[in-house]
Parts: sequence; C-alpha cells; structure tokens
Amino acid sequence: MKVLVAVKRVVDYNVKVRVKADNSGVDLANVKMSMNPFCEIAVEEAVRLKEKGVATEIVVVSIGPATAQEQLRTALALGADRAILVESAEELTSLAVAKLLKAVVDKEQPQLVILGKQAIDSDNNQTGQMLAALTGYGQGTFASKVEVSGDSVAVTREIDGGAQTVSLKLPAIVTTDLRLNEPRYASLPNIMKAKKKPLEMLTPDALGVSTASTNKTVKVEAPAARSAGIKVKSVAELVEKLKNEAKVI
Amino acid sequence: MTILVIAEHDNKVLAPATLNTVAAAAKIGGDIHVLVAGQDVGAVADAAAKIAGVSKVLAADNAAYAHQLPENVAPLVAELGAGYSHILAAATSNGKNILPRVAAQLDVDQISEIVSVESADTFKRPIYAGNAIATVQSTAAIKVITVRATGFDPVAAEGGSAAVEAVAAAHDAGTSSFVGEELAKSDRPELTAAKIVVSGGRGMQNGDNFKHLYALADKLGAAVGASRAAVDAGFVPNDMQVGQTGKIVAPQLYIAVGISGAIQHLAGMKDSKVIVAINKDEEAPIFQVADYGLVADLFEAVPELEKLV
Repeated sequence: MKVLVAVKRVVDYNVKVRVKADNSGVDLANVKMSMNPFCEIAVEEAVRLKEKGVATEIVVVSIGPATAQEQLRTALALGADRAILVESAEELTSLAVAKLLKAVVDKEQPQLVILGKQAIDSDNNQTGQMLAALTGYGQGTFASKVEVSGDSVAVTREIDGGAQTVSLKLPAIVTTDLRLNEPRYASLPNIMKAKKKPLEMLTPDALGVSTASTNKTVKVEAPAARSAGIKVKSVAELVEKLKNEAKVI
Repeated sequence: MTILVIAEHDNKVLAPATLNTVAAAAKIGGDIHVLVAGQDVGAVADAAAKIAGVSKVLAADNAAYAHQLPENVAPLVAELGAGYSHILAAATSNGKNILPRVAAQLDVDQISEIVSVESADTFKRPIYAGNAIATVQSTAAIKVITVRATGFDPVAAEGGSAAVEAVAAAHDAGTSSFVGEELAKSDRPELTAAKIVVSGGRGMQNGDNFKHLYALADKLGAAVGASRAAVDAGFVPNDMQVGQTGKIVAPQLYIAVGISGAIQHLAGMKDSKVIVAINKDEEAPIFQVADYGLVADLFEAVPELEKLV
C-alpha cells in the first residue's frame, strides 16, 4: 500500500527562540531549521512499514517555503521514495495546510497518511485531525503503536490516563507521539542517493485550494519572566523557606 | 452570544478540567451550555447542571459516543455547534482529539490552548514551547477553541441548576471502533489538578528510586510527575510526563528532582507558583527558573526532606 507522510520545516528544537522587538513574531533569521521531531517519527514509522513489507511506496509531502526542500531531501535519505513540495511563502494555518494535504491525498490516494501530532513552533496539534475530517477517514491520534492488518489498522494511543487502542478502517490518518519509535539517522550514501530521487513542486493555486484564514496573529510577546530565585544551603533551610516565606507547605 | 462547552468525562464522573473550561467561557461572556456526549451519562449530566453559570446541559446518550471516538462525536458537535458563537473544550487528550475535527467540519480555523481571554474574539496562547505568547484574533462566525486548564481558575462545581435536555442525534461514521484501554492506576492526586507536584528526571537513575519521590509525595499529598528523559528511560509510564509533549501543570509548588530543565520540560511547568530544584549540577538550567535551588545529591536530600516536612 501507499503511505503518505507530511513533514514540516521548523526551528530546531534546541534553539531558544527570541521574540522580535516589534512584537510581530519570533526572530527566525539565521536560526537553525530542522524537520519537526514528530515528523521524523512519522517518516521512521513509514520506513519501518516498508521494511516489514506492508508499505510499497512512501510519498513525503511538505507545505511551506522553497527551503523546505531540505527537509524533504532528509526524508528521502531516510527511506521515502519521492517527495512533493506545495510551495507557499506565507505562513499557513493548520486548516489551510489540511486543505492542501486533502488535495494531495485526492491526487495520490494513499491508504495511510502519517503526520506528527504537533509542530513544535505553532504547538497547534490540529492538522491531522482536520485532514481526517476533510477526507472523512478515521483518525488515530497520538499513536504509540501502529499495526496494519488487512484493510484495517490498530492504533494504540497515548491518552491522559494511560493508553487506548482503536481500530480504524483503511484509508486512515495517524498522528505520531514521541514513543512510537526512535528515528534513524540518514547515512552519507543515502543522502547522496536522495539527491536523485524525484521531488515534485506544486502550488496552492495549482491544487485549487484557497488558503484564506479566519485567524490573525495580532502580536507576539515574550512570556513574563520569573524573578530570580535563591540557592539554599541545606534541606532544613529549604523547608523553612517553603513553610514561612513561600507558605506552600 | 451563546457558548457551547464540551464536557470532559469518562461516562461516570465529570472531570475537573470542565470547570476551568466553563471559567474561560464565563470570561468570554454570554449563555453557557454544556454538551455531555457519551453512554449512560445521566450522572455526568446532573453534575454538569450544577456547575455555577451553566444555563443548559445537552445530554447525548448513545452507544456510538461511549468511547468518544472523534469520527462519531465531531459530527454531533458540528451539528449542534452551528447555532453557537463559541465552541470550547479543555485541551485534554480528548479535547485535542475531537475539536480540530469539529473546526474543519465547520470550515473555521481553531485556536489551541488559550491561556487568557482578551475579548470575545481575541485570545492569548503560548507558542514555541511557551517561549512566546501570541495574541490571536478570530473573525470566524463560530470560534472553536481549546482551553489550557491551568490558565483559568475553576468555577464552582455547585450552585447552578441548569435544565438537562436530551439530544437524540446519533452519528455513527462506522470508520473506527474501540478495542481496549489500559489505564495507569494511582491513588495520588491527578497530576494536572494537584496543588503540589514532585517530579523526577534522569537523575533518579532507575524506576525503583522513584520510591523516594512517592514517599515524599505521599507526605505532602502531592502528585508525582517525570521528565521525558525519565519516561524514555522506562523509569515510569508516559502519562506521568510533564512538558510540551506531555502534561501542562501549574501547581502551587513544583519540586524538580534530578531534572536538568530542558526547554521542553519547562514548557510544562514554568507557570507553577513556586519552583524548587534539587540537582547536584549547579549549572543546570532548571536553577534559572527555580525560586529555591538546592545543589545536593538527591539521594541524600529527598529522604531528608521527607523527614522534615
């Protein structure tokens, strides 16, 4: 079966971002960008499904600036067969991305679509669920285990009190949680080979999708800073401070 | 304006996060209705009717909603929600699972995990693991929003006397089914609602050593959390994880033991009122957010702390 994986180019998770002085957003100029960590897990799961003989082809798709080709090449080096970039210079909302992905799903007809559960920049946690709504497919969000058998997929999900398993009819949408797998690193020979794999460029217009949004970011501010704390010398002093100064125990 | 709040529950008990969500709805202003979708939810609907400020409870009692599968619940919410100005749910695993599906069905953008209400159409929410706060304005006819419980003080669970109205609408998409679940058992307070949280990290070295934290937590009436490192190392189950990708907590007192304080972890606890860090590395980033820091070996400090409190 064909598996479609969506990946996003985001600021590297180790970077401590800074808010711009004019409060228009965060400063991303000259900041290291990477594939969103949850998307890496999504690519890894697709590659493992292929290694198990379940998946026959892995198509990786990204929606974003032309530079997102780097993240697509990374996915190709990790084992994806071909890539699609829907190029959009402006920042899109999750709904717009879900609509574009729906258009790609209509075109490619995958049996399984795997996305990360959330992007670490917007922290929205929406796109997979929205794509499931637009396609009418079942959704297995926050997956920690994915097992395809016949025409259905069993997804074990991380929920607030523990874990839950649901069975979805294929085609279906799965979003990955951290514990689904440990993503591999791309080897140098595979990075070289990935340069020759096909990468198709599309635009929202070509897909006939409007990316208009009902949300507007008015401003972006730095969070309130915590006032500096003190170091205590002993456990006894700590307990004394908590009882008499902070009054929390 | 009429606001629809989706109740968080397990078919038996109304979850406290619902009260924080109603508090957010009260800040927006207008009539507040609560939807309880599930199976045999009579007791939950009665509890919802008693919440202060709620004027109507809609009870959708149907086998198709028993496990709140989003394929079945989202069409119900989208259908009922068409007449409302706002649809709110708590940013729990259930709320996050269902609400974006509702938003897409209504063809509107969603606003996730708001921490404050500026006006009926403008909200604040953290982005980049809490390193920036965005103010977002929505022009959508129906505003679909998840609420971060720790951003709002809960409303009173008693005092209201709303009418309970049965909803007949049954949606069964037939694309998904519930197979089973495995819930972690704990007698301690729930992590996201606890007044005191004691968390352990990689410094705990193994799962057995968490017994020191359990002993301390039991003495304080606290919940026990963990960093991602402790969960990934298999010391404790993942539902104990505090952070950007785990649970968000904001207790009165957060005690971080053997936790370095990575950005990802701070995102889940830096709104705690008082933060205590116990770590033997005095350069650990956790000390930059801690109100009280103790540079010490946790295996000596934690048992001593347990004796003294």
